[in-house]
Amino acid sequence: MANPLKCDLCSKPATVHLTQIVNNKVHKVDLCEACAQAKGVTDPSGFSLADLLLKASLNPESPGAGLRCERCGFSQNDFKKHGRFGCPVCYETFRGLVEPMLENMHNGIAHAGKIPHRALERKSLYDRLTKLELDLTEAIKSERYEDAARTRDEINRVKQAFTTKLAP
Amino acid sequence: MSISELIDSQSELTDTASSKTPIVLMTRVRLARNVAGFSFPGWAKSAQREEILEKLRSAVTALPQMKRGINVAIGELSELEKQILVERHLISRELSGAKSGAGVIISKDQAFSVMMNEEDHLRIQVLRSGFQLKKAWNAINDLDSALEESLDYAFSPTLGYLTACPTNLGTAMRASAMMHLPALVISNQMEKVVRAVNQLGMVVRGLFGEGSDASGSIFQISNQTTLGEAEDDLIKRLHSVLQSIVEHELNAREKLMEADSGKLFDKIGRAYGILQNSHVLSSSEAMNLLSLIRLGVDLGAFPDGSRCVIDRLFIEAQPGHLQHAQKGELEPNQRDVMRAARLRSEFANFARPDFNFSTNGKN
Ligand SMILES: [Zn+2]
Ligand SMILES: [Zn+2]
Repeated sequence: MANPLKCDLCSKPATVHLTQIVNNKVHKVDLCEACAQAKGVTDPSGFSLADLLLKASLNPESPGAGLRCERCGFSQNDFKKHGRFGCPVCYETFRGLVEPMLENMHNGIAHAGKIPHRALERKSLYDRLTKLELDLTEAIKSERYEDAARTRDEINRVKQAFTTKLAP
Repeated sequence: MSISELIDSQSELTDTASSKTPIVLMTRVRLARNVAGFSFPGWAKSAQREEILEKLRSAVTALPQMKRGINVAIGELSELEKQILVERHLISRELSGAKSGAGVIISKDQAFSVMMNEEDHLRIQVLRSGFQLKKAWNAINDLDSALEESLDYAFSPTLGYLTACPTNLGTAMRASAMMHLPALVISNQMEKVVRAVNQLGMVVRGLFGEGSDASGSIFQISNQTTLGEAEDDLIKRLHSVLQSIVEHELNAREKLMEADSGKLFDKIGRAYGILQNSHVLSSSEAMNLLSLIRLGVDLGAFPDGSRCVIDRLFIEAQPGHLQHAQKGELEPNQRDVMRAARLRSEFANFARPDFNFSTNGKN
């Protein structure tokens, strides 16, 4: 062979070659002995090809390499190193990185399953309450007392909804 | 309940004789969940991990399903205790290696376990012995809905439940069955099965060894993808894949019986003889012998009720359980001696094989 395959993770000569079919697409991964060991390819309980594909697909020179998550400080390089994200907000920060990966990784690109209705409802009420409280402070500061009274009524209504509908 | 009480008490996996079935040993459904506003465990600072752990612990221990269970930090467990929990599928290897701020809560019957600060904030799972995929999903779905009352899950309408690794996005559900497939292994058909199952988006793993000749002929089959399909559809799809593997295994058994039943009875009879009389048994040899006895039960050579004894021994012949029974650490070669002794005493009172059953019957 003129051109021996290189390890997808570290570009040493590859000696372990894996093929798996995910969603009718053939995926090939070539690894050197050391990376195969490190990735648990020899340990079937700890090995996920999807994980490997994910790391192999990351190009260090891709645009957005300098991006950082505002919430947790995670960078694209950290993802390349760990193969895991830093916090839930990372999925918004690195949307451009995540979206192209999904098609190869999954059986679709949009969630079709369970929705945590109670948690979402609680969060939206909570967000509304936070905003109303800001409005109230603002109204009092600028002596708009009618607005303040209206906002206070609204706050009470939201609080009531919160306790009657969502108290655990 | 303390960890040693838990280890010595009856469990869903080892003691529920009623739901034991041929071929499918157990079903498991696991969900990954994270709490909004907190970094994932692998990226969180240790103080943050401790903070979220406390929050998770109070939410999980309040669940009725977890009453009188155990609630421990991984750091409080000895190496041996962790190994035993791994062998019972109650914690993952990854969690057993966690340093600080990780914990587990296990229900009294050991059917539910909730791992905290493994790769995700929560890994909640249910184990059911036998083939009970739908029941398992319903049980874990209820537990998850109850938890959602007090925890704000990290969720996106398009990506579903947000997980540390993008391979778990969407439902964040891994459903699996542990299957005993000795006839497919004996007749060299496992590789073909693995390939076919892969093509359907499912993964096959040897449970106690590698690839297509796992020791004990026990394999775990699970869904590979989590995004793009509803839980019910995934469960249905996995169910039909498992069902067709069951049919292939039954066909393979029938073929083996037709071709040379004497050869198969010889294997089973010898396994019985070795289990009754050997003095040194490695873990993988023990698994293979127990596997043949379980096949014998399914074929009708041993009484139906002995199936749960074999399933218990599959777990109790593992190194952690053996050392626990001996109340001390053992060198691997001492373990092989202890394992043989343990199995000799179990098989001293085990029914003798009776091969005079009808060979054109139901199996
Ligand atoms: Zn390499
Ligand atoms: Zn982040």
